[in-house]
Amino acid sequence: METGWISWLPEVASTNAGKVDALYYYLSGVTAFFTLLISGVLIFFVIRYRRRSPFEIPRPVAGSHRLETIWTVIPLMIAMSFFVWGTNLYFQQARSPKLAQEIYVVGKQWMWKVQHSTGQREINELHVPKGRKIRLIMTSEDTIHSFFIPVFRIKADVLPGRYTDQWFEATKTGTFHLFCAEYCGMNHSGMIGSVIVMEPKEFDNWLAGNAGNQTPAAAGQQLFQSLGCASCHGVNGEGGRGPTLAGLFGRQARLTTGTSVVADEVYIRESIVNPQAQIVEGFTGIMPTFQGQVSEDQLLQLLAFIKSLHIENPQQPVPAASPASTPAQPRPTPQLNPK
Amino acid sequence: MAESVTAEHEVHHPALQHHFENLEQQREAGTLGMWVFLVTEIMFFGGMFFAYTLYRGKYGLAFASASNHLSWKLGAINTAVLIFSSFTMAYGVYSVQIGKQRRLIISLILTIVLGLTFLGIKAVEYHDKYVDHLIPGHLIPGHPFSPKDVHLLPGASAQNIEMFYWIYFAMTGMHAVHMVIGVGLLSVILYFSIRGRYDPEYHNPVEVSGLYWHFVDLIWIFLFPLLYLLGRHMEH
Amino acid sequence: MQQEGYEIPTPSKVNYINAQYGLKSWLLTKDHKRIALLYLGSVTAFFFFGGIYAMMIRIELLTPRGDFLSSATYNKVFTQHGILMIFFFLIPAIPATLGNFLVPMMIGAKDLAFPRINLLSWYIYILGGIITIWALLSGGVDTGWTFYAPYSTTFSNTYVVLTGLGIFINGFSSILTGLNFIVTIHTMRAPGMTWFRLPLFIWSHYATSLIMILGTPVVAITILLLAFERLARIGIFDPAIGGDPVLFQHLFWFYSHPAVYIMILPSMGVISELIANFSRKNIFGYKFVAFSSLAIAVFGFLVWGHHMFVSGQSVYASMIFSFLSFAVAIPSAIKVFNWTATLYKGSISYDTPMLYGLGFIGLFLIGGMTGLFLASIAVDVHVTDTYFVVAHFHYVMVGGTLMGYLGGLHYWWPKISGRMYPEGWGRFAALVVFVGFNLTFLPQFVAGYLGMPRRYHAYPPEFQVFNVLSSAGATILGIGTLIPVIYLVWSMRYGRHAEANPWHLPGLEWRTPSPPPTENFIVSPVVTWEAYEFAPPEEMEVVGTTHHRPLEDAPVAGD
Repeated sequence: METGWISWLPEVASTNAGKVDALYYYLSGVTAFFTLLISGVLIFFVIRYRRRSPFEIPRPVAGSHRLETIWTVIPLMIAMSFFVWGTNLYFQQARSPKLAQEIYVVGKQWMWKVQHSTGQREINELHVPKGRKIRLIMTSEDTIHSFFIPVFRIKADVLPGRYTDQWFEATKTGTFHLFCAEYCGMNHSGMIGSVIVMEPKEFDNWLAGNAGNQTPAAAGQQLFQSLGCASCHGVNGEGGRGPTLAGLFGRQARLTTGTSVVADEVYIRESIVNPQAQIVEGFTGIMPTFQGQVSEDQLLQLLAFIKSLHIENPQQPVPAASPASTPAQPRPTPQLNPK
Repeated sequence: MAESVTAEHEVHHPALQHHFENLEQQREAGTLGMWVFLVTEIMFFGGMFFAYTLYRGKYGLAFASASNHLSWKLGAINTAVLIFSSFTMAYGVYSVQIGKQRRLIISLILTIVLGLTFLGIKAVEYHDKYVDHLIPGHLIPGHPFSPKDVHLLPGASAQNIEMFYWIYFAMTGMHAVHMVIGVGLLSVILYFSIRGRYDPEYHNPVEVSGLYWHFVDLIWIFLFPLLYLLGRHMEH
Repeated sequence: MQQEGYEIPTPSKVNYINAQYGLKSWLLTKDHKRIALLYLGSVTAFFFFGGIYAMMIRIELLTPRGDFLSSATYNKVFTQHGILMIFFFLIPAIPATLGNFLVPMMIGAKDLAFPRINLLSWYIYILGGIITIWALLSGGVDTGWTFYAPYSTTFSNTYVVLTGLGIFINGFSSILTGLNFIVTIHTMRAPGMTWFRLPLFIWSHYATSLIMILGTPVVAITILLLAFERLARIGIFDPAIGGDPVLFQHLFWFYSHPAVYIMILPSMGVISELIANFSRKNIFGYKFVAFSSLAIAVFGFLVWGHHMFVSGQSVYASMIFSFLSFAVAIPSAIKVFNWTATLYKGSISYDTPMLYGLGFIGLFLIGGMTGLFLASIAVDVHVTDTYFVVAHFHYVMVGGTLMGYLGGLHYWWPKISGRMYPEGWGRFAALVVFVGFNLTFLPQFVAGYLGMPRRYHAYPPEFQVFNVLSSAGATILGIGTLIPVIYLVWSMRYGRHAEANPWHLPGLEWRTPSPPPTENFIVSPVVTWEAYEFAPPEEMEVVGTTHHRPLEDAPVAGD
């Protein structure tokens, strides 16, 4: 929204942005109304009841339970309206939709590394198609950062040692700000970039134009071999001395403790860096840890590979990019933070 | 609140401070002050209890393995020592309330001795940890942490053993610091007791020191089962 | 209200200021009033130290490029601005100066329950301050006042541990002050001073003290954990060894959110006094205001997660924290309504303290309302860590706490110093502060919603207009805060002498000479009037300085 030469609000460029602005307008309207009302009453009283003679003493007023009740209950109800609206909207935004296209983000001092699932890498830039649901899976290599896109009205911290996610659907093409929004040291204010929203066709072309890069899944497959994972888990994750990985992602895994957990991104990552923490039922804890031997980028690649392993096609994981035919396959998305 | 009477200088107790109306008010203030202080101590230790609970939940097996490596016998002896010292302390307070100076002094001496015993046994335990390379991090130069002497329960990760020992030292160390302060405090009270300062009419410092001592004892009574006993059933 | 055997008291020639001379009599004093002055000097010094950092920030932010300070220096400057202002000014300012001075007087006591602990708390404050300044001068700290791990534990190359030590020590000053107030208010009220006859200033300080004693120990342990992590690499917050960086945030905010109520509750207590006394009416809904203070203290402990909506916290936890954050706003709203209702059919004077009081209500309204925006998670996701938040908390801390502090300082100045401040200058400075403050922080709401992140040393050019307005306002605000320092100091020597009760008010503190004698009341006054029970001046005589008491059997005490 622009007013003359000052714009008061950022552009509305995502499905979420307009909804957040609507709530913002509601909040602004209601709070401005009451602020003006109370200030007005205040000013009125201060003038109307100004002291007229030096020692006058007005009659004391006892108070009023009725008034107290009114001005407790009404603000409470108004506050609840803010709460319900805000929480509802948050709920919609907090859960990534199924079938969102995934993009991996790694934050590090002081840059953003982005990798598309078809292999394209970017630094401090994020190309996305308009009108498609995009899910960002993010982590940090060092301190806590925060991935903030004002025009989408979204923000989520990126943490070391963990994955966080957020999603959006862009509704406008253009180039928009990307900021780091959690103080992370010297060049925090330089950890900025651009989100470039393109028409879907243009985006597919752009993606294709960068063909030749290895997809994360293919890179992951190479790591799977070179790190020796295949020797226990099988070349295509069919299992052996170690648990089966094919078809594992998104399903339940039973552990030696008797509990079951969803094999989501967090689980997979932890199994690689801290395998003793959760051991699959029927196996002993002989898997060594790869902490320190794989970078966050490589962990994401292994993750992409493992996600691509289907029971149906035990011999053929997703091939390396043939861009015209395969924009990145959407996958069913288990939720991070299920609690 | 009771009507207060102006203290007349000729008759007021030498221990009455001038900003108080009378000894009763002074006693009330002193006792409430100690209780409020103990509440702050609960919050202080509470932060560490919270961290322990959190990580115990996350790394239960590792923590149980590390906990089983502690000497429950020494811990139990220390618990008995402290509980008995609280008894001697309480007896000391009782003694001064009924005007028995000598019993007060003996009780205080016993309490102090028991407190020092506790600290001595703690020192032995800490030394054992040092010998076993279980002092966390690189606090002792040239003697880094190594969990190899700790028998790992199946499913436990060696990586998290150090976390247990860090919390163990933080909590028992903080507790030990409070014990040292307590011993110091009681020594001061002992000194003044020998000087005959306390009588049935005025002995609030003895009472509030007792409160402090009981509190430090109580912290240990929580620490002992949480740090030493949980998970023992999984031993071997 | 006439006491039997009442005699007209002569103005006291000996008061707490001139009772003893010499540095030692001040540095080893047990008199709560002198200790209050010791604090007054120190918090003022820290305020200006923090203010200098603020000016450096605002000068840098005049232009989009980082051209005034290097990145590293800027990061230290905003960190140190926050640390000094929060821990060394906002938290102690009202309780340790006005609270220390007034709590015993308002309840009819001769001093606080533990005078030596009171003095100790000042020394601890100074020690913590010296260590912190030492750290700042040695090279400073650049983690942000929030010290988030893992940046503070693993990546920062600055004096984190030393600064942490200074803050850790300073925390004990807070704890001891709170302890002293609680015990004093419980056990040393004069006869007839029942709980519901207490001035609301006392209720606010009681609630504040509860937070001080319950919350501060948690930040103490948090800082210790931070220091251990940094020194010994234990791994409690380090994910590589199984730790959790978000745990730090939970522990940190568990204290730091209640801490903001430590900052605002005493100010609200002052405002209650100002509104009632300068409209000569009892506070409307006295009990509701009193209980609201307690409610804020309790609820304040339950909302810390609203600082962490985007931290990776669970969705359900966020919802609960959002709900409770709305709940905690309600008692504050109740107070604002009651203050406004107090003015109805009052007799309102426009003295400087009242101007600050009215200014508080307006600015706190805005600050509090914008808090509702932040409690709405969907909006908070967008504006957290932007200048929207910076504007919000400055509205409540500066527009709230600072206004209350200045208002209270002017209001009780005659009692504290025995002199009147120059009224014209007082009103002028209040106006300058009000205008300068709004100009500084109102544009920041807009910049924040537009997306300008906080702690940014350089920013995209479209944010410049808001920053220029803000910096202009900051200059005005800075001048506005300097003016009172000048004329208050001037007044100590040249100001008009003040009588015992220059405002003609019923509070116990006004029933003693100005300045009061060292022991406030030689005998405990007997309180037979309700809070804010206004009466003609001749009926509100000085009490507690004579030896006559209307108790049948009380002996007449000689001295």
